[in-house]
Amino acid sequence: MNLITPDTGLLFWMVVIFGIVFFILAKWGFPAITGMVDKRNEHISESLRLADEARERMSHLAEEQKALIAQTRQEQGRILKEAAQARSEILAQAKADAQAQTAQMVEKAREQIANERETALRDIRRQVALLSVDVAEKVLRAKLDASPEQQALIDRYVDESRSSS
Amino acid sequence: MKKILAIIVMLMSSALCRADDLDIGEIIFDHVLDSYEWHITDWKGKPVAIHLPVILFDHGLKTFNSHKILETGSYGNYHIAAKGEPHEGKIVRADGSKPFDISITKNVLQLMMNALLLLVIVLLSARWYRRHDALKEHPTGIAALMEPLIMMVHDMAKENIGEEDYRRYSPYLLTVFLFILFSNFIGILPFFPGGANLTGNIACTMVLALFTFFTVNLTGTKHYYKEIFSPDVPGLLKPLMAVIEFFSALVKPISLTIRLFANMLAGHIQILCMVCIIFIMGKMGMAMTAGATAISVLFGIFLDVLEMLISFIQAYIFTMLSSIYIGMARQKAE
Repeated sequence: MNLITPDTGLLFWMVVIFGIVFFILAKWGFPAITGMVDKRNEHISESLRLADEARERMSHLAEEQKALIAQTRQEQGRILKEAAQARSEILAQAKADAQAQTAQMVEKAREQIANERETALRDIRRQVALLSVDVAEKVLRAKLDASPEQQALIDRYVDESRSSS
Repeated sequence: MKKILAIIVMLMSSALCRADDLDIGEIIFDHVLDSYEWHITDWKGKPVAIHLPVILFDHGLKTFNSHKILETGSYGNYHIAAKGEPHEGKIVRADGSKPFDISITKNVLQLMMNALLLLVIVLLSARWYRRHDALKEHPTGIAALMEPLIMMVHDMAKENIGEEDYRRYSPYLLTVFLFILFSNFIGILPFFPGGANLTGNIACTMVLALFTFFTVNLTGTKHYYKEIFSPDVPGLLKPLMAVIEFFSALVKPISLTIRLFANMLAGHIQILCMVCIIFIMGKMGMAMTAGATAISVLFGIFLDVLEMLISFIQAYIFTMLSSIYIGMARQKAE
């Protein structure tokens, strides 16, 4: 058998068998494998992309959190300051109110006292007048009428005596 | 080039040895050529061989067992052509003409076994992918073994043919690659289930190259044919370039055929030479035999390992060139 003349028998079998093998493998063999592996590669790159995105989002999240905390702290400071201000304002207001009320009450009390004194004075005056009348009656041994002229006379005397005293 | 030199050296050395009663050239050619039986070993002086069926188309189908013709040299109207005759070693008619011979020879049996092995291995791996969710688990067993090889060729197809239609061609390239790789590896095996020189047979590589040739030229784009028959060159150069392009398209399958064939044949011959050194030296006394055996075993191991590398490289080159040729034929006009 010659080395470099192709043998028809082997040519024939080679075409037939290689053809059959190719047909079977191209139909049921390789596409199943390459398709699956391609799909897996796609899946892996997709997963990597998603993981990257998630990582980025996570880092953003941390930044956002930091910003939020800073903002909250600022707000807290502001609120505390406002509260302090409000407290002092309320205190001042209360103080002022209290002062005003006290002053009013003192005024009222003073008025009342004045009224009371007036009433008391008037009572005393009447008492004094009556006493004086009694005394005068007793002194003069004369019965005087409690007429208005006499009362006016007595008042005048009393006023004179008060202004002189 | 080295391979060709090796063949020449081997032929010369075998010619020198021919004077002896040990015909090394014949031993080697018996091993690398096709035959009607598969000689496995000699046991107690008798050859142990598988007698393969002879199938002839000669005015109807004729089949008989090859040992009938091999024992006596002739059977009915047929005999085996002697040395020097046109169809040396083949079954011919009485007048020396050759009938259409599709016998199951050693190489054909090897081809069938390789094809079966390839089918079983690839279909088993494909079954793993059908039964498992590749998105959730990594492949195990045979699928894990085959996946890198398959994806290597698949990615090569993608690179050379282009994203658009590489999927149509990748099964062909995969079949070619794995077929050559398996046949090369099994060819290195020195005993029965392997050892036939299938990819070192020109008929085998020629069919593979022709498959590539037809794949390239039957699915080529308009642009590809325009490049061949009406290349984009000034007027007078056009016919010249067309001839050159046409022959380059024809030469491609020939170069594919010869490259794989010569490499694998030379590899087989090299290893056989190493083994034969032991028998040549065997006649020169004890010390020479022992020394030559040690050296030739060492060199034999080296060549076997080298041959494994070459097996892979040749399968890879054949597939890569096929994919490049297909890629060239799929080019679109810019």
